[in-house]
Order: sequence, then C-alpha cells, then structure tokens
Amino acid sequence: MTVLEQPGAYRPTPPPAWRPRTDAAPLLPDPEPYRMLGTSAAAGLAPDLLTRLHRELVHGRRYNTQATALTRQGRLAVYPSSTGQEACQVAAGLVLEERDWLFPSYRDTLATVVRGLDPVRALTLLRGDWHSGYDPREHRIAPLSTPLATQLPHAVGLAHAARLKGDDVVALALVGDGGTSEGDFHEALNFAAVWQAPVVFLIQNNGFAISVPLAKQTAAPSLAHKAVGYGMPGRLVDGNDAAAVHQVLGEAVRRARCGGGPTLVEAVTYRVEAHTNADDATRYRSDAEVEAWREHDPIVLLEAAMRDRGLLDDDGFQAVRDSAERLAADLRTRMHQDPVLDPLELFEHVYAEKTGQLREQAAQLRAELDAEGER
Amino acid sequence: MTTATDNRPAADRKPATMAQALGRALRDAMAADPAVHVLGEDVGTLGGVFRITSGLAEEFGDDRCTDTPLAEAGILGTAVGMAMYGLRPVVEMQFDAFAYPSFEQLVSHVSRMRNRTRGKVPLPLTVRVPYGGGIGGVEHHSDSSEAYYMATPGLHVVAPATVADAYGLLRAAIASDDPVVFLEPKRLYWSKADWDAERPTEVPPIGRAVVHTAGTGGRSATLISYGPSVPVCLEAAEAARDEGWHLEVVDLRSLVPFDDDTVCASVRRTGRAVVVHEAAGFGGPGGEIAARVTERCFHHLEAPVLRVAGFDIPYPPPMLERHHLPGVDRVLDAVARLQWESEWTEGSTV
Repeated sequence: MTVLEQPGAYRPTPPPAWRPRTDAAPLLPDPEPYRMLGTSAAAGLAPDLLTRLHRELVHGRRYNTQATALTRQGRLAVYPSSTGQEACQVAAGLVLEERDWLFPSYRDTLATVVRGLDPVRALTLLRGDWHSGYDPREHRIAPLSTPLATQLPHAVGLAHAARLKGDDVVALALVGDGGTSEGDFHEALNFAAVWQAPVVFLIQNNGFAISVPLAKQTAAPSLAHKAVGYGMPGRLVDGNDAAAVHQVLGEAVRRARCGGGPTLVEAVTYRVEAHTNADDATRYRSDAEVEAWREHDPIVLLEAAMRDRGLLDDDGFQAVRDSAERLAADLRTRMHQDPVLDPLELFEHVYAEKTGQLREQAAQLRAELDAEGER
Repeated sequence: MTTATDNRPAADRKPATMAQALGRALRDAMAADPAVHVLGEDVGTLGGVFRITSGLAEEFGDDRCTDTPLAEAGILGTAVGMAMYGLRPVVEMQFDAFAYPSFEQLVSHVSRMRNRTRGKVPLPLTVRVPYGGGIGGVEHHSDSSEAYYMATPGLHVVAPATVADAYGLLRAAIASDDPVVFLEPKRLYWSKADWDAERPTEVPPIGRAVVHTAGTGGRSATLISYGPSVPVCLEAAEAARDEGWHLEVVDLRSLVPFDDDTVCASVRRTGRAVVVHEAAGFGGPGGEIAARVTERCFHHLEAPVLRVAGFDIPYPPPMLERHHLPGVDRVLDAVARLQWESEWTEGSTV
C-alpha cells in the first residue's frame, strides 16, 4: 500500500473534463462563395429588387468613373475607386433600415451615396476642404475612416450602446482584406461576440491591400473562417453578385436585430482600378488577371440574369444609363465649383470652447489674413 | 455642477483617500446621469486593481460598469461608438503603460471626432489612467505619459494632486463634452485629506490652476507642477521657508487647457520659476511650460526657468526609482541655482 492509498490520504480533485464551449460547425462558412445570379436561386428574386440593384450598380459605376475623372481635373485630391466592387457597395447601402448605422472606410463613398448621402458631401474628405462633409447623425453614417479597421470597434460600441438603450439598431461596418490584419479588426470582432452586439462586419476582399495580395496577408482558409475563432458565424459570398451580397447581408442584419449577435461576411470581389489615382497597379498585377475579373463584373452578371428573366429591354437599360449620365453631369458641375473655405474655422471645432492658446492663434491667423487682404 | 461647501467642523469629518474620492466621483456621476458608463479591465466584480470602481457594478449593474475583454484599443474604440450614440463612457486603463495599445484610437479618433465632424459628433468620454511612479512597480507600471497626450490637439489632459481635486476634477471631466485624459497619480491614491465623501466640495472648472502657497516677499520663486509632484513641491516650499525663501507652488491641475494667466501671475510676482514633473525632461511638459513662461514673463524673470524632471531614461526598476523621481532636495537645489546673486549685489551689473 502506498501512502496515497491509505485511508484519509490526500487525493487531488481531477479537473473537469475539457469541452469546446460551442459547436464550431454551424459557424463555419460554406466552402464556396454563395451565388444567386446564374443559379436556380435567381428565379426567386423579386423583380423590384433586381431593378433597384441594377439601377444603383449602373449609377455607382458611373459615379466611380466620374470621381476618378475629377482627380485628373484637380477637383479631388485623391480617389480610391470601388469600380468592380459596386455590388458590395450597393448592397451595403441598401440593406439597412433608416435607424441603422453604416461605418464606411475611405473606399466606401459609394455605399454612403446609395444610402442617401449627397455625393458632394460624401467626397468632401477626398476633395480636401474638410475631413468629413456630413453630419453623421443625419444619415446615420459614421465619418469615412482612413486608419484601417479603426472604425470597427466604433460600430461595435454604437451597436452595444443602442442595445443597452433598448433600440433595435444594427451597425454595418465595412473593411477590406488588408484591414483584417489590423489589431482593431480582431478586437472589434472579439468585443462584438462577447457582447453579442447587433453588428455586421462586411469584408470586401478585393484581392489587394494597395499592392500586397491576399496570400501575403493571411494564411486563413478564408477570411470568413476568422469568424469561428470569435464564436460568430462566418459567411462567404460572391462579392460581385449583388443579389447574393444583398441576401447574405440582409440575413445577417435580421439576425443581429433579433438579438442573434454579430456576423462576419466575406465578399469575394476585385479592385479593378488601381488603389487610387496615385497608384500604378501594373507594378504588381497582370492585365490578364484584371481582364478575367472584368468578365465577372457585377453589372454584367446582373444584366445577364435580368435579360434571362425578361426584366429589362434595351430601352430600359438605356434609360438607366441616361439617368446615370445626368447624375454624373450634376456631380461634375457641382464639383467644379470651388468650395467655400474659412481658414478661421480651423480653430472652431477642436474643443467645445476654444482654449486660450487657440484664441491667440486664431487672432494671429486673422491678422495674417487681414494683411493678405490688404496686399 | 457646484455643490455646497462642507461647513462642518473638521472634527466631524473623516479623512478620505484620493482613491475613495475618485470612486465617489464615479458613483455620483453615474447616479446623476444614466448615460455615464464605466468600462475597463477588472472594473466590475473586482472593482479595479486599485479598487477605484469598487461597488459600482453592484450598485449600477454590469451594463453600467462593465468588465471588458483585455484589449485597450477595443475598450477605447468601443467607447467611441458608445459616445457617438449618446452615452458618456468613462474608460479605465489599468496602468499608464498598458494604455499604449489604445493610442491610435485616442490620437486618430478620440481627439479628432469633434473637429472632423465640424462639431456634430463631440465625444464626451473620459479616459482614466493611473499614472506615474513611486509605488515600487515593476516595468510598465510607472510611466508618466502626459507628454504624449498633451501633444495631441483635441484632448484635455487633467491631473489632480489633492483628494478634493480628485473628486472635483473627475466630476468635471465626466461632465465635459470634450474627451479628457484623466491622469491619476497612483502614488497619491492612498494620500488622505480632511475631505468628507458624503458631502463633496465644489467642482472646479477644467483649465484653472491653483496657487497652493503664496509667497510673501523676500526671496521668492514659483514652483510649477501637477499631479504627484505637487506634494513634493509643497514639502520643498515648507523646507525653503526655513532658508528664507518664499516659494509659491502652482498646481496646474490641467496641462490642457493650460492656465497661462495663473502661472504667469505667479512668476511675475516672484521673478523666478522651476517646473517640476516626473516625466522625462527632454520633450517633456517642462519644456513647453518654460517656453510659455519665458515668452510671456521675460522681463519679469531674474533667472532662466529651470526644470526638475525625470531623467531621460526608460523608467527605472523599482529599487532604483528614488534616484529618478524629483525629490525635495533636487527641487531645492534647483531653487538655489536661480541666480540669487543678482539680488545680493544690488546696483551692480550682473
């Protein structure tokens, strides 16, 4: 008999058996991006929705080309185009209720326009007359975020606050594939899942972080798989299939609104243009690759599906293109007007009340402006 | 905002610690305004590692005083979103050096949101940071990080030095519609004062310095300080009295906004100034303060403005920190170097 076998001997309590805290299987994304257009699911799509998506896609494409042209004309300091990603932009702009909040990044001005924001105000940051051109509370659109993924915790906090107040508000936060490498992406998803915040994260995986391809960004099976590690469902969707993105986002928004917690959606798409007008994409990718994606263009996919169902004839398509031209012309005209600048406004919004230092500096600038005026 | 001054005799009041006063300020702010939410690491059940939030989760519930995941950028980032939705979050960073992961949120969003949105989205949030050395902490527990914060336009930076100010300034910070970095001198957490937690005294406006001891003629100088260095300066002033010096101690209370008027009024009275702080001297607040004083009071100055600051070294290990922290002797040495000879040789050119 050993000492431990004697009656009354100390016997340590074994630790409880380890078990996973939740079943991972329901959280896993599908193996292939979800598609509707060109599949049997397309037959069930409401004609009104397809018409709306189509109009916004065509308008959106024209908006992108117009904004890019405005950089060449010196009317925008820079424009990060979402050409090729319009399906994601349009779906994100349409899927929310008025009371919900959208958290865009700098490439997402189109989503804000689809949500109802005046494009001139959406482009204020990129024109450079102020850092944001709109009242976020008016359209419930957070300011365009330039530091990657830093807007995601804001979306989580806002959604959490709304839930605490008893409001059924959902936040939709947009991020790119590069942004998923940022610490704030991780922290936002973790907080969202722990708090079961009503927030939806949409990753627009457009293949590149400026020049760096996804293969150098992550070793995950897909970006949607990252959701599993946080305990939320990951959904993988064809980001050029506007109907599919709208469907998947809509389900995630409904789930969040009903108290089901957050969802991570990865939309697989492609950035057809360079990172911005200041970038040279030929240094890091081939024309053949870009051309292959042009064949999988969101407008091409949707128009094919609509023609199949006889939802729009040539006249109808032309009417949409005509209205897109009118919007572009209006944008062009308005952006060619010089913005009204008030240098003294630089001191107005730093604090609720100007500090003594700011009052002194404002006076200095005012004197300099007066002297300029006298010259 | 201002509450009645306690007029009861001192004997009826129990001494309170700064930690208790801070906790009381949080409690009173939460009771006064349901929008006030406290969040951070260990702030709930435990009451924070310094017990400042003790009892808040019990009294107001987990939704008002929330234990967050361990991620400072996430804490501050979600607080931004909460403030955007109309709440008034009070974030606790566990230690000065643990706040650094939240730096991007602070610099890129917290400090700029009001300006970016032309005043449409102010962020009324308070970031409490237990800061500074002198508690025998191991590495990353004793930093004086105020220079980083004060170099970021859009933030208020506040540091109390007394028990009463700890209460009043924290109430003012939470009530402010601007983001406030609230630096709590952790070595003063257990300092006591005759201050009744049941009947708090007045709430001071942010941005007003106070003169703790006024010089009364003779050889006088101004000690400019804030937070944990204020008691050091007061002790130095006491000791200097025996040497025939009259030292005014200006407790800045806030680095941003900076109270030029109070500081300069004192320096004009005394003609000499020493800035005292724990943060490293090079690139520290003392340089800015000395420059401001010199620009405004040059013709009143009898000597260059001197700085007594932490050395320009990473914060030392606890067994060596006493050599780093500005103490009474180092402050008095600086005072002694304020070119007093010029007074003794009146009429001669110096």
